[in-house]
Amino acid sequence: MSDPVELERVSVALDGQPILHGVDLTVPEGSWVTVIGPNGAGKSTLLRAVGGLVAFGGAIRLFGTPLRRLPRRDRARLVATVAQDPVVPPGMAVLDYVLLGRTPYIAPLGRESATDLAAVDAVLERLDLAGLAGRRLESLSGGERQRAFLARALAQGASLLLLDEPTTALDIGHQQDVLDLVDQLRRDGGLTVLSTMHDLSVAGGYADRLVLLVDGRLVAAGPPREVLTEQLLSEHYRARVTVVDTGHGPLVVPVRPARSAPTPS
Amino acid sequence: MTVAPAKAAGNDAAGGKSAPAAGVRRGQAPHRRPERLSVGWLLAGVLAVTIAALAGLALGPVRLGPLGIVRQLLDLVPGVDIHSGLSTREAAIVTDLRLPRVCLGLLVGATLAMAGGTYQGMFRNPLADPYLLGVAAGAGMGATAAIAAEHGFAATEITGGPGTPVLVPLAAFAGALLAVLLTYLLGATGGRYRTPAVLILAGVAVTSFFTAIQGYLQQRYAQTIREVYTWIMGRLTTAGWHDVLLLLPYTVLMAIVVLALRRQLDVLSVGDEEAASLGAHPTRIRYTLIVVASLGTAAAVSVSGLIGFVGLIVPHTVRLLAGSSYRVILPLSMLFGAAFMALADLAARTVLAPAEIPIGVVTAFLGAPFFIVVLRTTRRLR
Repeated sequence: MSDPVELERVSVALDGQPILHGVDLTVPEGSWVTVIGPNGAGKSTLLRAVGGLVAFGGAIRLFGTPLRRLPRRDRARLVATVAQDPVVPPGMAVLDYVLLGRTPYIAPLGRESATDLAAVDAVLERLDLAGLAGRRLESLSGGERQRAFLARALAQGASLLLLDEPTTALDIGHQQDVLDLVDQLRRDGGLTVLSTMHDLSVAGGYADRLVLLVDGRLVAAGPPREVLTEQLLSEHYRARVTVVDTGHGPLVVPVRPARSAPTPS
Repeated sequence: MTVAPAKAAGNDAAGGKSAPAAGVRRGQAPHRRPERLSVGWLLAGVLAVTIAALAGLALGPVRLGPLGIVRQLLDLVPGVDIHSGLSTREAAIVTDLRLPRVCLGLLVGATLAMAGGTYQGMFRNPLADPYLLGVAAGAGMGATAAIAAEHGFAATEITGGPGTPVLVPLAAFAGALLAVLLTYLLGATGGRYRTPAVLILAGVAVTSFFTAIQGYLQQRYAQTIREVYTWIMGRLTTAGWHDVLLLLPYTVLMAIVVLALRRQLDVLSVGDEEAASLGAHPTRIRYTLIVVASLGTAAAVSVSGLIGFVGLIVPHTVRLLAGSSYRVILPLSMLFGAAFMALADLAARTVLAPAEIPIGVVTAFLGAPFFIVVLRTTRRLR
């Protein structure tokens, strides 16, 4: 079986501005790979390229099939994306929103089948959203909403999940809820996850592998312990950090510059 | 994540449990149904059209009983022979004067309301409407140019007669399409930071531009000023079967395409990129809908002039009361738009009888306050 994601010398330019330069990357089946990097490194663009949402140079293969040769609907059955800041359609109920995830299975002029509705019910149940099915999306709390976004992606029935900063809007408790859920789904359902994340400690806590992207180039890749090093982080983030190795993975702690001793006036 | 106040007051706003058969049984878990057009709302729409049509046929300088009208209508059906009980003169009033006018009103209303709903979905903009986007002004300019050309070059009196020349809808369509594309392109200059307001501002600019051209054409071809002026204010006065038959194919075409794509409009509501990630073709859908909605608007403007507010009010009211899915909004906008226009026309010709108010004045006069009331009530319920 081919790897879910293979990138070979992938380049992307947006509005004539080069964003990614010859990125090589492989995401093995069932793994969770997280792309980290400073602001503007091209993390989101990398995900959009894998999702088939931007034009790219080089080669991207999803489960062995060249992305360019995949028709949209087929692609949408293989890969589901949760955008960084998904659009919340006004007035739409959670059930109808999650049902949009079945779009790749519904003929363009057709209507959803009993299978689609059953799939949506199963996802709502699994994500503990059944009780909220009739609620309007905009009336949900941040954590509930994030679960609804995830539910729509899962309803696509794709085995590759792309998560762009899935927890930026959430407090630490809800962050954990969402990431634990994704991790559980990955273990239960054989999902492969490719995500971007800002919080380095959180990224290292959940991913099998981290990929450090800087100015559109891949500068380091490997298990969190190998990528989250003081040397790499200070070099590429220009940050002063201490990396503490806990039992659960490296913890990245920002360090304040030493203050000069207060002078008594 | 712009949440329009009007849209934000979605289904639950209509009072949760008390919403008449809103398709989704709120407050019950877990066997929910997706939001779809319910039979109750469909019947309400058909009933509204029937009542509006009967009122339009019955009321006027000569009042007629609804029973006689129904018999008279049945008598028109090929193969049916019923004596309506109406005098020959009354029968002529029904079939020759009022029926074509009511039919035209229903068609124009259905077309404009559906076009408005379609534009709102396609641009993801609650303020979109054939007027605010400049589509109507473009159509008006195209139609004026066509009328002026007939007068200027051919010197025929085609427009002096009761019908609209066949060329006019095509010229109006060209103008409408040009206007909506200009608005779209101008509105897109905001890039990814564009807001609903930018598109509407673009529409205002395009409207002014086309209105200016139209003004110039009217001055240039002075003999048509009067005629074009009454036409701008909106009229169903000269409606004859000719106008009805001219508009009908456009309305039917638009209804078929728009209703076929109604689920796709729901998919577009998550934005182009997310829609594409779901396997949809946002650009393809959008251009298809732009073409058919503009075609419908142009045809409606050609036969009835500029009638505002219908495309904004009707879809919004439907959205506030019946649901926010385009599967609900589009078919119901068609029905309630038709009923609204037939009633507005009834008001236009009876309120100051025997004088007639331009129907565009009536729709604006009724429409604006009505919309405010609807907006306020639903907000309070929320």
